[in-house]
Amino acid sequence: MSGAAANAMQQGLQTCETCMLLSRPAPDAHAGRCPRCDSAVHFRKPASLQRTWALVLSAAICYVPANVLPVLVTTTSSGTETDTILQGVVLLWSPTGWPLALIVLIASVMIPSAKILAMTYLLFTVQLGSMRNNGQRVRLYRTVELIGRWSMVDVFVATFTAALVQLQPLMSMGPGPGLLFFAAVVVLTMLAVESFDPRLIWDPSSEQEAHDV
Amino acid sequence: MIHDTYSEPVSDPHLVACLDCDLLQRIPDLEPGAIARCPRCDRELWRRRDDVSHRKLPLLLAAALLYLIAISSPMLGISAVGRESSTTVIGGAERLWDDNREGVAVLVLFTAVVAPALQIAFLLAMELAVQGRKPRRWVGSLLRHTPFTRTWSMIEVMMLGVLVALIKISELARVIPGTAMYALGALIFLLAAIQSSFDPRAIWDRVEWAESAVRGRSTPLREQVTP
Repeated sequence: MSGAAANAMQQGLQTCETCMLLSRPAPDAHAGRCPRCDSAVHFRKPASLQRTWALVLSAAICYVPANVLPVLVTTTSSGTETDTILQGVVLLWSPTGWPLALIVLIASVMIPSAKILAMTYLLFTVQLGSMRNNGQRVRLYRTVELIGRWSMVDVFVATFTAALVQLQPLMSMGPGPGLLFFAAVVVLTMLAVESFDPRLIWDPSSEQEAHDV
Repeated sequence: MIHDTYSEPVSDPHLVACLDCDLLQRIPDLEPGAIARCPRCDRELWRRRDDVSHRKLPLLLAAALLYLIAISSPMLGISAVGRESSTTVIGGAERLWDDNREGVAVLVLFTAVVAPALQIAFLLAMELAVQGRKPRRWVGSLLRHTPFTRTWSMIEVMMLGVLVALIKISELARVIPGTAMYALGALIFLLAAIQSSFDPRAIWDRVEWAESAVRGRSTPLREQVTP
């Protein structure tokens, strides 16, 4: 082994993202199939940046109606009331209910926006060929991957609230038009995380090291 | 683009590349319970589990039973103005569908009912298949898709959602936690315990290779690579 550690791509090797088997593609091919698990193998996830950008931008667009449109519609004898996600948090905020409000605030407001911002930051730094804070950036990516699913909480809250509070004609609750956009933000950001290839974070540094050697 | 050509595997099964930074390295043989991490980016590459496969089957059967209870029995009930009603997970999805939120209904059904069912069924099938003989080709197909079922199975998120809904509605009426809620709580712990003794790398090491079905060979480790 030479002084600098090599990455698999520089050795013409591809790792299977499913079973981690290391293999070499056919002489004139850029991709192949894993002989062990049959998955497609590539040096890097195909069109990772384009796909991730498309998904992150779609999520950012859906984020607007998700927060502006109501997610819950309450119908009582005196009329109809609608609540957006933030109004729901404010309504829950009370001397006894604040822990609950905090959970909803973190899961429904902070996590989705943090995910969009974090992915945008990762995409920008990768495209600019940044070689700084590689370790921190890959940790950020793993954190986003880990906590992303929890923003689905509000979808389940709305589902069970709407299914349960059906006391016509006194009071009934139903899902609002914002819920679909909110769910779309959750799914799109999860797909964006999946299509992003964290190895791109390290590629400029690896190239530099190989060049220096 | 479809690539039908199988790649050439490297001969050294200990040689791997980190999935997060592509660093080429050798994974040592680990003691049960030990973890191998990438020295450059700290990604966990392999966590060798204790060999407790003989204890996993009863746990998986219990998980399957709890799952059936959790989706078929009432999750939450409400008692107000002399009326009582309750809802199941599927009832909740149905209500969304009736309210013209078909997309959300499908997502709830998928993350709370379909994906957990696949997750448990895949684990159960693999557990039965890896006992004794060399695992067949289809075990690899199941194993290949387990990360997908794990990503989209959101029972623990649903549990938090149910709890938030319970507290929220209790300001309006009396809410009764249903059987499904307790089953769900137990299922979350059980699945976490099962996953923590699940070692995909150990199964991949033994499974019949995909290309052997095409070319009829079993251990195609040939090429020498010196990094």
